[in-house]
Amino acid sequence: MRTVIFRTIAPYLAALMVLFSIFVLLRGHNEPGGGFIGGLIAASAFAIYGIGCGVAAVRRAITFHPMSIAAAGLFLGGVSGLPSLFTGQPFMTSQWWYVHMLGVEVPLSTPLFFDIGVYLVVVGAITSIALGLEERESD
Amino acid sequence: MSITGPEATFAAVLAPFAAAAIAPFATRLLGANAAWPLALVPAAIFLFFAGLVPEVAGGASFAPAVDWVPAYGVSFSFYVDGLSTLFALLISGIGTFIILYAGGYLKGHPHQGRFLSFLFLFMGAMLGLVLGNDLITLFIFWELTSITSFLLIGFDHLRAASRRAALQALVVTGGGGLLLLAGFLMIIALTGVTDMATLLAGGDILREQALYPLVLLLVLGGAFTKSAQFPFHFWLPNAMEAPTPVSAFLHSATMVKAGVYLLMRMHPVLGDTALWTTILPIFGGITLLVGTLLAVRQTDLKLMLAYTTVASLGLLVMLTGTSWDKAIEGAVLYLLAHSLFKGALFMVAGTIDHEAGTRDVTRLGGLRGAMPITFAAACLAALSMSGLPPFVGFIAKEYLYDGIWGASGAHLTITAVAVIGNALMLVIAAAVALKPFLGPKVETPKHAHEGPVLLYAGPVALSLAGLAAAVMAHATGVYFISPVVSSVLGTATVVDVHLVPGYIGAALILSLITVALGIVLYLKLDVLRAQMQRLLAAIGWGPDKGFDQVIAGLVSFSGSFTRLVQGGRLDVYMTLTFLVTALALLVPLTLTGNWPSAVPMPDLRFYEWGILAIAVSGLIAVLIAKTRLTAIVSLGIQGFAVAVIFMLFGAPDLSFTQFMVETLSVVILALVMTRLNLRPRDHRPLVPRVVQGTIALGVGVGLAALLMRVTELPFDRSLSDFFETYSRTIAHGRNIVNVILVDFRGFDTFGEIAVVMLAGLCVLALIRVRPKHAREEAFDRAAGDEALQKSGEARL
Amino acid sequence: MEPAFAILIGLFFSVAVYLLMSRQLVRVLLGVAIFGNAVNLLIFTSGRLLREVPPVIPAALQVPDVTIANPLPQALILTAIVISFSFFAFLLVLAYRAYQELGTDNVVEMRVAEPTGETAPPQGY
Repeated sequence: MRTVIFRTIAPYLAALMVLFSIFVLLRGHNEPGGGFIGGLIAASAFAIYGIGCGVAAVRRAITFHPMSIAAAGLFLGGVSGLPSLFTGQPFMTSQWWYVHMLGVEVPLSTPLFFDIGVYLVVVGAITSIALGLEERESD
Repeated sequence: MSITGPEATFAAVLAPFAAAAIAPFATRLLGANAAWPLALVPAAIFLFFAGLVPEVAGGASFAPAVDWVPAYGVSFSFYVDGLSTLFALLISGIGTFIILYAGGYLKGHPHQGRFLSFLFLFMGAMLGLVLGNDLITLFIFWELTSITSFLLIGFDHLRAASRRAALQALVVTGGGGLLLLAGFLMIIALTGVTDMATLLAGGDILREQALYPLVLLLVLGGAFTKSAQFPFHFWLPNAMEAPTPVSAFLHSATMVKAGVYLLMRMHPVLGDTALWTTILPIFGGITLLVGTLLAVRQTDLKLMLAYTTVASLGLLVMLTGTSWDKAIEGAVLYLLAHSLFKGALFMVAGTIDHEAGTRDVTRLGGLRGAMPITFAAACLAALSMSGLPPFVGFIAKEYLYDGIWGASGAHLTITAVAVIGNALMLVIAAAVALKPFLGPKVETPKHAHEGPVLLYAGPVALSLAGLAAAVMAHATGVYFISPVVSSVLGTATVVDVHLVPGYIGAALILSLITVALGIVLYLKLDVLRAQMQRLLAAIGWGPDKGFDQVIAGLVSFSGSFTRLVQGGRLDVYMTLTFLVTALALLVPLTLTGNWPSAVPMPDLRFYEWGILAIAVSGLIAVLIAKTRLTAIVSLGIQGFAVAVIFMLFGAPDLSFTQFMVETLSVVILALVMTRLNLRPRDHRPLVPRVVQGTIALGVGVGLAALLMRVTELPFDRSLSDFFETYSRTIAHGRNIVNVILVDFRGFDTFGEIAVVMLAGLCVLALIRVRPKHAREEAFDRAAGDEALQKSGEARL
Repeated sequence: MEPAFAILIGLFFSVAVYLLMSRQLVRVLLGVAIFGNAVNLLIFTSGRLLREVPPVIPAALQVPDVTIANPLPQALILTAIVISFSFFAFLLVLAYRAYQELGTDNVVEMRVAEPTGETAPPQGY
């Protein structure tokens, strides 16, 4: 698998895929896409990077343990259900804020944060599985 | 004192539970003397109910209630009338002395606190049972008494006999409780009435039901098991494994009367039918005779008393079963008398056991000098049990004879049974109260002397109460007997109770016959006992042995059944599961005639046919793949075909996800499989191959047919319309699928990502756990390194 | 067009079930993977099929103006795909570890939890 060509393009391919996954995640509320799909794309990116350049390189690149990323995602998902409690609505009722940044109106909402949570859980869990399996191959 | 609102009744029922929580600490602090302050709790409850007596005797009843499970119409409610007040008085009054007695009896026992705690728990449960108005409340307290009885019988849990007795009592009474629950639920379903008070006011509400016999049988199932009626009587003598305070309290004075209580309580709505007056006297009569005859055989004081308890319960059931007013008056009097004298006699037996070291009647004698107070109490109680004047037992017997004989002439069988039973009861009373005390002094295991005041307070008080109830016969009649009889009959009745019979009638003559017969039998007791021993040896089998056989059979059946259905082979489990699945799909489709109609030629476009063909070829390739790689690639083909199907039918999100997942699946499959020497080829023998193939086809055909049938029917779009209408307008999202996922059903998705994360964690854990041999190698290596290091250090 | 898919789904189920009843872990795993797809297709088809109109509301509208594909089954299936993949990965690793520990891929020979010739349960109280 570790041909020169693959090893050379894998980092670029992975970087592009991660970028694309974030794009897919953020447009998910209005166009096809979303946290699940984005997460899978990013997880595939890390898997490709791992196959091409070794698991250690991936672990260095993502800094945190993939399971920690997943846990952070689950936490974010849970927390994004809380703001509605302050307005007296049931848990996870969506809240919207329209923020003006640099002259552009940016809609922020709890579903967006929830979707980011989903993204992180999927990325973390599946990267963890893939890296775990790849790692065993090397020993 | 007047009835002071519902709160007081709730407090009275809850107080024992509070005492149960305190008891262990009190015992740790005060030792056996903790019994004195703790006995104040039942004493206060007794005073509370005693305060209600005048009002209840005047015909008042009240039913305090709070909502419990309003959704199911279950309330936590009590019903206070004559019957429940008498029972509450007996429970709390006798309970007071039992707590004191338990203080003396288990003095110094390491678990005395626990024991007192259990006793209080039982007391609370029993109070709840007799006061329970809501049927579900009543049932819960009913089962709670079974459970506390289990704990108390098994108190000495290190002995197998205790454990067996406890389990037996629980199985029999708990099983009966389930019948009772079924009966109650049927009553609720049939009448819509959920509480006793309304039910009792309903007249023929149950008797006119077509299912009345079933309801009656279910209720009787509960009552007969609890009150140890033949053939369920066997658990009660075995329950004598419990410490004596338990036998005196639960298994003579109170808990075993719960069945009788229930029969009396429900007599106005269930009683006085042909079925009732047939079943109850037959079972009650048999129980009376069997109980007394088995009692005669025994030499153990407690067992003799236990069997007479069985007999007395039989007598009560028989009398209640006649539905004759006079007989029921006798039954109520006997109920009161029995609780007093039997409680006292059990405590006497316990005191003898405690002080002399044995309760075998053949090894006891001449204790009158050593234990005069106990002897006196025993004599008073025994006279009441024998039905001799001037005790309440005598009045009870007069009334019940009067009731049986006076109703109409043709009840010779019942009369004969009652006379024989009462005569044998007299024999046992004499044997228990006289044998250990009279005659020459016999050497006992312990040097016998009078017990402490804690031990004799109970028997003395209860036997004197039996005397007082008779001496003040009129007051007893007005305050206790009349209100209870009114409750049982369902109409206000005044019973005039006299100690001295008003006339020389049949009842007095029957009494004389009973006493004469009893004395003759007492003199021939040894012969009688030997005869009974021989008879039972000849029969050789009883329900007690039957219980063991049933339990042993259950255990071995469950063992072999488990081995049969849990054979430990995944392929067998799978085959059975899918066989059932196939049948569950195909049989209802066939029976209800819901097979889809003729399939028209589908109007698919050519590329759609193409993708179907690719999916099918992928599937078949997986089946027949000869190498791992072929199998993995074929799996990928069918997966990608599915992704394309999603794409073609308006599901780009799904399609995308499916592509990614299939890619990842193939990658991780390849990662794992390249390192495994797994044979991908099938090596099933022909027969399983055919059988499993047929089952697989059955599942496939069933699901295909079901799906075709479903899609033939009109489609309900209401849910989909909801999401389409509100996705943009209230959730501000145009991708409806995503909006459903993160907004409408966000909480579901939250659970789902938690599952994904858990799966990831499990995989990580599985990968991290090293194989056993690898672990050992690593350990050896580490140990070797350490040794090397040490030797290196040594060299340095 | 649903009947054609019903037959295809029936075939998916038949193959999956046949593989699941195998004694070899690898084939059981393949069965699990196909079973997931079969169930997803079943849900998809029972929500009715519609060609090429994704459940996305056009930017200019508040409510879709044409009949669009049923979004509800899609939402159900989307999470099901990801979860069944995680589950599949778990089973795969489990099978792999079982093979390493027990040295067999034959389920009949895996008897650690339920050994053959178990003794009868004890009698007595």
